[in-house]
Amino acid sequence: MCGNEALGEAAILAGCDAYFGYPITPQNEVTAYMSRRMPEEGHVFLQCESELAAINMVFGASATGKRAMTSSSSPGISLMQEGISYLAGAELPAVVVNIMRGGPGLGNIAPSQGDYFQATRGGGHGDYRTIVLGPSSVQELVDCMPLAFDLADQYRMTVVVLADGILGQMMEPVVFERKQGRKLPSKDWALTGAKDRPQNIVRSLWLGEGVLEELNCKLQKKYEQVQKNEVLCEQFAVDDADIVVVAYGVAARIVRGAVSKARQEGIKVGWIRPITLWPFPTEQISKAADEFRLFLTVEMSLGQMVEDVKLAVAGKSPVLFYGRPGGGVPTVDEILEKIKQLTIPEKNRK
Amino acid sequence: METVFTRTPTFKECPTHYCPGCGHGIAHRLVAETVDELGIRGRTIGIAPVGCAVLAYNYLDVDMVEVAHGRAPAVATGMKRTNPDKIIFSYQGDGDLAAIGTGEIIHAAHRGEQITVIFINNAVFGMTGGQMAPTTVLGQITATTQKGRDAVSEGYPLQISELLAVLPGTIYVERCSVYNPAQVLKAKKAIRHAFELQVDGAQGLSLVELLSPCPTYWRMKPAKAMEWIEKEMTKVFPLGKLKG
Repeated sequence: MCGNEALGEAAILAGCDAYFGYPITPQNEVTAYMSRRMPEEGHVFLQCESELAAINMVFGASATGKRAMTSSSSPGISLMQEGISYLAGAELPAVVVNIMRGGPGLGNIAPSQGDYFQATRGGGHGDYRTIVLGPSSVQELVDCMPLAFDLADQYRMTVVVLADGILGQMMEPVVFERKQGRKLPSKDWALTGAKDRPQNIVRSLWLGEGVLEELNCKLQKKYEQVQKNEVLCEQFAVDDADIVVVAYGVAARIVRGAVSKARQEGIKVGWIRPITLWPFPTEQISKAADEFRLFLTVEMSLGQMVEDVKLAVAGKSPVLFYGRPGGGVPTVDEILEKIKQLTIPEKNRK
Repeated sequence: METVFTRTPTFKECPTHYCPGCGHGIAHRLVAETVDELGIRGRTIGIAPVGCAVLAYNYLDVDMVEVAHGRAPAVATGMKRTNPDKIIFSYQGDGDLAAIGTGEIIHAAHRGEQITVIFINNAVFGMTGGQMAPTTVLGQITATTQKGRDAVSEGYPLQISELLAVLPGTIYVERCSVYNPAQVLKAKKAIRHAFELQVDGAQGLSLVELLSPCPTYWRMKPAKAMEWIEKEMTKVFPLGKLKG
């Protein structure tokens, strides 16, 4: 199954009540798949007039307590930033899938990781965060979807699933499982009609002096909980490594191949793969940097996640970067060559 | 003594932030009366716009959401599609509905969303300080048309209700006003009808436009503002049923 269709099916199994989307390459298979499958399941599918409308329809459905999602690709996600900021202010859960393509502007339709900043820094206005998941296989994309909906509901936040055109288009075998979800708080804040109870209000406007500051601090506490409890990260052969390659998503798959080859050639290299891009696995990377190692960050961009790696390493070891922007995809040999070029001072070799 | 007139329960008992002579208070009350008369408070969800009515949830005692500027019809779509049994209405001004939210209202109408839209047209942006709206009439002085709106540089007043009425997805479009008690009663009838259509499950969008006074930014006394609606504004925005 291709990644785009698989993520749609996984969303349905995760109890997605409504999908709102607008066509954009390379994620069109999601919209087409959902247009067929959601009505079959008695759920809502709607092709919207724009990504602005799509995210606001998600906002509307979510405000009534429903599980709602949208998917798009980079330029469309830019248009959704207003809505994502409002979702954050109103503390509404939402799942947004970004099948990234090359940018800036209309860019191209080739795979890219150029939206890391937008996803992890919050491309909209105001002091807020979104949870960002960065799967690296179709199976992991599938497994991300129930997690995304659960995290969204648990923390009342937007969860961005950040994949790219390769993952969206790639066909891989997948196993769908209807897993027991997390125990989630009740949505007593939802707008369901004020029957036999006082009115519920969902809003992001707080005009009173100090009130918004208080709300921002409350959000910050929530974000700290997410940072404490929800970091996901995978690592391989880091303990004895002279070189640690850090990569996420599809780039991490290519890195995995390069590291295996390098190991066969006797180079002591390992890898760390952040699965949650926010919260970032700062502690895991910091721990790896407690001993002197060279860190090489590989991205399909000109260097975005590398800033988080540098913050985690905090000057304890050198952090280098190799990236391909604008739809360029590095090969295994290209990364292997890069690893070989790195020389470890004799005194620092393990 | 027998009580013959009382505050309708869904209109909360509190002072509003609106300027003296503003039409929002009347419009809010008409919506609240309708909700109470139809007995739908327990299944109604309202959407407040960005604009002077952004705080409508402080006055209307139904479940309410405040949304991004102009996006109310999209939010309403998300709500109604996932909750067909609920009564969804948006309450939007002319900046919200006829400027930044043109795309959302046209497409919600075009899809025939089963929602009710209360559209307050006061020919000006109120909350931001009286700038030109798409509905500002020619010659009208605003903060951004200080010599009066000129069709050559600023275009003509946008009759968006006429535009919406031609779409097959709208089932009812009427323009009313609140400039005298007779007009208020007509407006009430129209709002009630627009809600009733949704309650009855009629297939399509219903919209009531209300020509409403903004004495502050029209720089008029309240009574004069009411007169200006009757004499000037209705020339550009004729009252009456446009569809349904």
